[in-house]
Amino acid sequence: MKILVCISNVPDTTTKVKFIDDQKKLDVTGIQWVINPWDELALTRALELKDDASNGVQTVTVAHVGLVSAEPTIRKALAIGADDAIRVNTDPADAYGIAAQLAEVLKTEKYDIILCGIESSDHNGSTVGGMLAEFLDCPSVTCVSSLNIEGGQTVISREIDGGKESLTVPMPFVAVVQKGIAKEPRIAAMRGIMAARTKPIRVYEPQAIENFTEVLNYEMPKPRAACKYVDAENAGQLIDLLQNEARVF
Amino acid sequence: MAVLVYPENWDGKFKKLSFELVSYASKVAEMLGVQAVAVSIGSVDEGELSKLAAYGASRIISIDNGSLKSLDDQAYTSLIAEVAKSVSASVVVLSNNNTGKALAPRLSVKLKAGIASGVSRLPVSTSPFVVYKKVYSGKAFANVEIKTPVKIITLAQNSFEVTESPKPVAIEKSALQPDQNLLRTKVTDVQKQTGKILLTDADIVVSGGRGMRSADNWGPLVEMAGLLGAATACSRPVSDEGWRPHDEHTGQTGKIIAPNLYFAIGISGAIQHLAGISSSKYIVAINTDKDAPIFEAAQYGIVGDASKILPKLVEKLREVKSK
Ligand SMILES: Cc1cc2nc3c(=O)[nH]c(=O)nc-3n(C[C@H](O)[C@H](O)[C@H](O)COP(=O)(O)OP(=O)(O)OC[C@H]3O[C@@H](n4cnc5c(N)ncnc54)[C@H](O)[C@@H]3O)c2cc1C
Ligand SMILES: Cc1cc2nc3c(=O)[nH]c(=O)nc-3n(C[C@H](O)[C@H](O)[C@H](O)COP(=O)(O)OP(=O)(O)OC[C@H]3O[C@@H](n4cnc5c(N)ncnc54)[C@H](O)[C@@H]3O)c2cc1C
Repeated sequence: MKILVCISNVPDTTTKVKFIDDQKKLDVTGIQWVINPWDELALTRALELKDDASNGVQTVTVAHVGLVSAEPTIRKALAIGADDAIRVNTDPADAYGIAAQLAEVLKTEKYDIILCGIESSDHNGSTVGGMLAEFLDCPSVTCVSSLNIEGGQTVISREIDGGKESLTVPMPFVAVVQKGIAKEPRIAAMRGIMAARTKPIRVYEPQAIENFTEVLNYEMPKPRAACKYVDAENAGQLIDLLQNEARVF
Repeated sequence: MAVLVYPENWDGKFKKLSFELVSYASKVAEMLGVQAVAVSIGSVDEGELSKLAAYGASRIISIDNGSLKSLDDQAYTSLIAEVAKSVSASVVVLSNNNTGKALAPRLSVKLKAGIASGVSRLPVSTSPFVVYKKVYSGKAFANVEIKTPVKIITLAQNSFEVTESPKPVAIEKSALQPDQNLLRTKVTDVQKQTGKILLTDADIVVSGGRGMRSADNWGPLVEMAGLLGAATACSRPVSDEGWRPHDEHTGQTGKIIAPNLYFAIGISGAIQHLAGISSSKYIVAINTDKDAPIFEAAQYGIVGDASKILPKLVEKLREVKSK
């Protein structure tokens, strides 16, 4: 069994984002790039599954659509423990384009379980995983909070209103994972960092695929109205304000 | 031409979220000078379906079939795509909730339609078709042009007022059947807790942080949530400590939510926490430290000890509720 983890290369969450060129482009000066947090957890889960030999996972591969500048992030995934990597050499400017490029590669490289994160922390799209599944014409399960292999079968749980649902799904499939999939992201040990240097990254040249969307410009959020304080002694007044001023209940 | 909207139902009932979606879709339809059509999947009775008309749907197509009890991404997508084609939808609207996140991207590929997710306003313009959406977890917004003939929008929760605009409506029972070959996921077990509200769908969320001091102090917080019909949540250290269950943790590595009202109680407002809650319409902060960053994100605040303030809020809420 082979697992593929799709990773997005994103600015560290503590980054103060700024835009340049008439607010059209992200100012990347000084940005620390990291593996999207969900993808880091997805990778961790994939490696946990591989660690238990009874699951029969042979390899864990990571895939990224992006330029060579993203290779440090890919190397980091290899250092954490992925066996090898795929990179499609194009600017990742649109979720549809990314999914289409990945689907193209997956015509020749086959995987049984494909993991994507629930959202990339940059464009907050929550779309690449589902799109990829539709391109591959395979099942998808979204908002997955646990994934196990039991007797060769994949057992997944996802959250629903009021609780949880367990499901089985035949391979190949795409699981879009969220909170719960792994507890703590695995970190790279010194040995892993050394080993990562020589692990293979297969670079694919992109297909000509037209983007469906284009960011025209970015805006900073309007500053929120200043906080209105209620005196602690009179805390009940807060309820009045929420009810009669904000009208939220 | 039409705007197609998919209002989800929960055990045969619609929620405010469904009505928000239909209200939004009918406004977009108005901008385009076309009809809003709603498609419902699953067993929903006629009385419930007709509620959608109050929010501006002029056609309601109901697909009710025994094999559609639980969400199957592939089967549901193909049904919605069929309907989208049959009504010549130029825009398809879904929620940016768990279900929308499951279906919208598949629909995008099936309909060759560009998608913008987490949209929080009516389109900026319809030609070109430009929408406004959250990026960088709320640290910025983007004006995004969707360039394809068919467009898909997922609407951020609680970003659009439910607006009544009753229309005469036709409810149609669709004969569409899911392709059995596509129903490949199989639900084997459902565990439900009564009274537990799905955090990502909740209108009001009461959340506690390390300032709650210990696992034993949550009584009044939970009681307040109960009185408000709210879901409970927490910061990461709280779930790490095991004071509260892991599925309640919000933030960059937890749930990303957008309720109407979020209470941050004893939460400092770290950037990783804000990444999960900054789309809340109103944030209320209760914190002993007047300089805590959470007050910069909040519209209402109380500087003080949560263990003293919570009982007062509970008391006041009981009073309000008993009226
Ligand atoms: C400098 C820079 C500028 C960019 N400008 C734009 C822009 O203008 N417009 C734009 O739409 N995007 C832009 N991107 C791309 C952006 O980083 C996202 O990767 C892409 O838009 C998908 O975002 P999403 O929120 O839709 O992904 P989601 O659908 O939220 O991502 C979900 C999951 O899909 C997978 N995934 C996402 N992206 C990739 C990827 N590239 N490779 C492999 N797997 C992936 C991951 O598993 C991720 O967890 C830019 C990136 C960089 C580095
Ligand atoms: C990679 C990464 C990812 C992370 N992801 C997340 C995430 O998803 N979600 C998340 O929440 N955190 C996350 N964190 C952790 C985050 O940085 C903060 O440490 C965390 O949010 C702090 O939680 P807190 O506000 O409960 O605790 P603290 O920061 O300790 O704040 C407690 C607050 O309570 C106040 N207080 C104390 N006593 C009282 C009282 N009696 N009454 C009222 N107020 C009181 C204090 O003044 C203080 O402001 C992440 C960190 C990293 C590095």
